[in-house]
Parts: sequence; structure tokens; C-alpha cells
Amino acid sequence: MSNLEFILVTLLNGVTYGLLLFMLSSGLTLIFSMMGVLNFAHASFYMLGAYFAYQISTWVGFWPGLLVAPLLVGAIGALVERYGLRAAHRYGHVAELLFTFGLAFFMEEIVHLIWGRNSVDYRIPDELDGTLFTLFSTDFPIYKGFMMGISVAMLVALYVMLTRTRVGLIIQAALTKPDMVEALGHNVPRIFMLVFGGGSALAGLAGVIGGNAFVTEPGMAAAVGSIVFVVVVVGGLGSLGGAFVASILLGCIQTFSIAMTVSLSDIFALVGISLDKTPSISRLTITQLAPILPYLLMVAILIFRPRGLMGARES
Amino acid sequence: MKKAAFRLTLAASAVLVASTAMAQVKIAYIDPLSGFFANVGSGGLKGMNEAAEVLVNQKGGIMGQKLEFVGFDNKGSPQESLIQLKAATDQGIRFITQGNGSGAAGALIDAVNKWNARNPDKTVLFFNYAAVDPDLTNGKCSFWHFRFDANSDMKMEAITNYMTDDKKIKKVFIIGQDYAHGHQVAKATKAMLAKKRPDIKIVGDDLHPIGKVKDFAPYVAKIKASGADTVVTGNWGNDLSLLVKAAKDAGLKAKFYTYYAGGLGTPQAMGAAGEGKVLQLTEWHMNVPTKNTEKFALDFNKKYPGVYFYYYRVNNMVEMIAKAMNTAKSTDPKAVALALEDMRFPNETGEVWMRKSDHQAMQPLYISIFTKADGKTVKHDSEGTGYGWKTVASITQRDSQLPTTCIMERP
Repeated sequence: MSNLEFILVTLLNGVTYGLLLFMLSSGLTLIFSMMGVLNFAHASFYMLGAYFAYQISTWVGFWPGLLVAPLLVGAIGALVERYGLRAAHRYGHVAELLFTFGLAFFMEEIVHLIWGRNSVDYRIPDELDGTLFTLFSTDFPIYKGFMMGISVAMLVALYVMLTRTRVGLIIQAALTKPDMVEALGHNVPRIFMLVFGGGSALAGLAGVIGGNAFVTEPGMAAAVGSIVFVVVVVGGLGSLGGAFVASILLGCIQTFSIAMTVSLSDIFALVGISLDKTPSISRLTITQLAPILPYLLMVAILIFRPRGLMGARES
Repeated sequence: MKKAAFRLTLAASAVLVASTAMAQVKIAYIDPLSGFFANVGSGGLKGMNEAAEVLVNQKGGIMGQKLEFVGFDNKGSPQESLIQLKAATDQGIRFITQGNGSGAAGALIDAVNKWNARNPDKTVLFFNYAAVDPDLTNGKCSFWHFRFDANSDMKMEAITNYMTDDKKIKKVFIIGQDYAHGHQVAKATKAMLAKKRPDIKIVGDDLHPIGKVKDFAPYVAKIKASGADTVVTGNWGNDLSLLVKAAKDAGLKAKFYTYYAGGLGTPQAMGAAGEGKVLQLTEWHMNVPTKNTEKFALDFNKKYPGVYFYYYRVNNMVEMIAKAMNTAKSTDPKAVALALEDMRFPNETGEVWMRKSDHQAMQPLYISIFTKADGKTVKHDSEGTGYGWKTVASITQRDSQLPTTCIMERP
């Protein structure tokens, strides 16, 4: 395997992972920029999407689930906003935050009750199981291509909707000047409900295609919950473009760091300093550090550029 | 209202009486019943209770009492295991069993040692069916701990012996979960291969966080880039299934030497892609000719659709515990431990010997390769995949033994 092949394959893996992250975080950042609500239950909608798709796939197959599951999740999201979040909104941001926090636990327990604590056997459909193309000697699975396609399509659709349609314009206006939009006769609370529902549906869609690529189990929300916040913070709270850049960046950081076996002591050895007698921490390789790098990046961003890469406001 | 309350008390006391009438020997099963490894934990519990029912209770039980395993969810964490141990002792349970994770096993051994020192009249005994860190029967060995699975070093000794004869192996990549077990596998692989096949190059040695990685594609890309023809891994549960799945997706051609590819969803994840490429070392598999166990496994698979019988050593363990209790004519942990020590238990693959010096079970082992089921040598497929395990090497009980450094404190 040549270096070029390795770099290309790793890049592909990074972009695939990044695109999935983007699908997850786009809804979160949309909701935040609209409503100023940091939705802790966002990853739970991702989990719901996966479980709904699993359930539907056992009845009528994968394809109907791809459409129906995100819609269901979106409907649930809209209901949560209408009857839960809106009530909590009156008591300020802390109440909202606590509400979504509690909601995440609630949804996990609901999943336990309905589907049990085990992982469920949610599989990739046969027609998507195979090799899409072979890069030098590495196969690239169809399903990964499918995931990329869905995320890119979603990105384009979202962009067109926000910038080229009337609804999008109103959403954008409500983003910065909700009072003015309301004075012009638009129903802002309903827009909020739609945005929350839409954001949840996007997370649900990510769940539908992420659930069978990985594992569908009750812990899946907690597993992605923190990384999604990293994306939103690094990209800049409320910036869709920032979330996109941050997702791809994080995806590539994760995959490339796994690829590197250099350790701190190797780096020092280059300049002739031997760290062999220092604590074993200096011999940790970058591969082992890979899981903490995103969080390190988040902390660094918060220190040096609190509004994120492309954030619109300081918060 | 009063009447209803009275009835309730009556019903409650009836339940109490009923439960005391059917005296039971309970063993607390402290393993993950929720989370990423829940499939492993809950499958194990079903196997234990099935073994208790079929192999012990239907054959007269333990001095007329029933044997039962009770689940305690440790969520895979050492701290949580200690809380569950407390919960078990609070319920008066005197026996515990655990297997998933040597970290949790090590914590439990420490806790049981301390508990027994403080409560000599309420001692607790620990049966370990799968935690394979060699340390647990060497440096950390305890009178109150018995291991029924071959430890990691014994397994690696057998695997590397087998690898020695395969001259096609040139480059080996080691990948494992970042905790005691993964570290031990990597250490043993490197040390043993350096001795037996110094010409083999270790081209990679990686640890990944346990139960956290969802996409192994980057690791597989790295294995591929290293040019490895062989991968050695001690991974289990979803960490193995996802690794094999990613290797299959990327078209990795290397052979996999594993401990745990034989069950818990991994065969399903491999499917046809594992044929002739994935090997495992176990104390048994479906195609080792063992009439009774074969039937037991088939019945089990039919009774619990979607779960597949995997732990032959659990059957051994359950029968050995029952035998020890019946011989000692006691369910006191100390008496049971003394009866279990040095026990030679004839089973369908030969004999399990519980070595007295370190409480490590010795048993025949098998290396097998994933092969298309043909109804003859590969009579049974694994997890409905159409592929099953074919024995390529058998290791006798004597050959599997390794010396121990255990200096046991005996009560």
C-alpha cells in the first residue's frame, strides 16, 4: 500500500465521518441560532431515528424507513417544542437547558423500555452491501458512498431552502430580529416549532443511516452527544457553514491521528533529547491520544477564539 | 380500604413463605446488562441459567436446592461492579461470577479479599468465567477466586505455537482494547513471537478505547498501510464485530487470530468475508465432537432465538460448582473453595483440572478456522451464517499449562 493510497483512504474515511457529524450537528446549530437553546437532547433524536428505522425495517424494509423515520422524529421534535420547551421558555434559558437535559435521560429510558438494553440487529440493506469502487487496493463500501450522498444532498437542500425560499428568508430574519418578523405578521412561535422539528428530523436522518453502519444501542446517544457539541463550539455557535467546516475538520483529525504512531518521546528524540526515563505519558502515541484530540481542540478554541471558526456572535 | 390492606399483607406473606419453601443457591452474575456490551452480558446470563437448569437442577440440584444465577448490571465498569457486589452481599448472596473485563475482575478480587477479611462468617467466593488477565492468577491470585477460562498467556502460547509453523506469516499487526486485557495480549504476543519466530516483524501495535470506537475504518486503513499479513487481537463483543466488519468493507486480506470470534455476533458481522481468514482459540466450538454439549447448544439456540450458545466453560463451571457443593455437603464458600481446589472434572473434551496453586483451570484447547459449513467436518454453522468452525489444531490439557508465580494466602 503506497503512501498516496493511505492518505487518500484516510481522507475518504475522515470526510465520511465528518459528513455524518455534520448531519448530526446541523440540526443542533440551526436550533441554537434560531432559539438560543442548547439542546442537550439532540443526540437522543439521533438515537430515536435509528430505532424507528430499525423497527420500520423489520416491517417493511429499509427504504420506507429512510423517509418515514426522520419524519416521525421531526414530528416528535415539534411536539416537544410546542408542549414542552415553549412552557419551559417562560422561565428562561436555564429552565430550557435543564428541560432538554432531562429529556435526554427520559428518551434513553423510553428506549430501554421499548427495545430493551441490548443492541438491536439493524442491518444495512442487501442492495447497499458491497463495494462501490476500489481505490488502488482498498475497497470503498457502497454504504459509505450512500452516507456521503445523503449528507451532501441534505447540505445542498438545506442551503437552498435557507437562502432561496420564502420560508428560509423568514427563518433567517427571525434569527436576528424575531420581534420585527412578528410585527410583520409572521407566526414566530410556529417557525420555532418548525425549526426544532426540522432540526430533530435531521438528527433522525443521521440516526437512520448511522444506526446500521455502526451499532444501534441505547448508549449511542451518549456516545455522540459530546462530540456534537464539540462540532458546534468549534464551528461557531449558530453557524451552519462553521458546523460544516468543523465536522469535516474533526472527522479528518480523528482519522489521521489514528494513523500516526509518533509519540512525544519520538519527537524529542528527533532533536536529540531522550525521554526514555520520563513517565510513560511521553511515550503515548498520537493514536492513543486520538479520542481526546477533539476535546482538546474545543478547549483551545474556547480560549483563543470563543466565537468559534465562523461564529456570528460571542456566546 | 382496611380489607384491601389486609389482603395485601396476606398476599405478601404468602409470597414470602413460598420463596423460603424453595430454598435456592444463588450466584450473583455481575456483568454488563446495559450499554455497548449488553449483548455479551445478557447472552452470558441466559447461558448460565440454562446450564444451571439442565445440568444441575434437573439432576437433583444441590442437596435438593435449586441453583440460580441472578443478574446484577455492572455496566462494564469496575466501580459499578463494586456497588453491585455490595448489593449482592446485602441480599445475602455468597457467590459471585463475572467475566467481561479484567479491570472489573481485578477490582472484584480486591473487594472480595477485603470483605472476607472483615466478615469471616459471611465470606464470598468469586467464580471467574472469562476475565483472562494472567495477573489474576499470578501476582493478584486469591484463595477466593477461581478462573474457569484459560488465561491470556496460555491462549497466546497456543496461538503463537500454531503461528510458528505457518511460514507465510511475515508481518504481524497487534490491535487491542486499551485496558488490562488488551495490554496483556500485546505484551505476550510480542514476547512469544520474538522467541519463537524472530523473523516475524511486528509492524503495528495499537490500542483503542474500549467500547467507544464506532468506525474502525481508520484502524483498518492503518493495518493495510502497514502491509501486515496477520492481525492478532484480543477484542471481544462489538469491538471485534465492528473491527471485522470494517476489515471486510475495506477488503483487507490479512488473517485474523482472535480469542473471541466464535460468538456474540462476530460470526454474523463476518459472514462470507471471514472464510479462511479468521481463526479463534477456544475451549470448545460447535464442531468439536461432543454429543451432549452439541444437543445442549442446539436446544439453547432454539429456546433463545437470536442468542447463540457460546460458553462451554460456563457449563463446566456450573457442574464443577455443583459437584464441589455436593461433595462438601455445604454451601459455605470456604468449604466449596476447598472442594473445588485440585478438582479433576471429566467433561466431553477430556478433563478440566482446577490447579490448587493458583486456582487456574486447565483444559484442552482448540484452534479453529472459519469455514463453509459442509455437514461433515463442519457440521454446524455459526449464528446462522452458513459458515462454521473447523478445528485446525488441538492442544492437550498438559500442553496448555504454564507455570504460575502465585503465592496464595490461605485462610
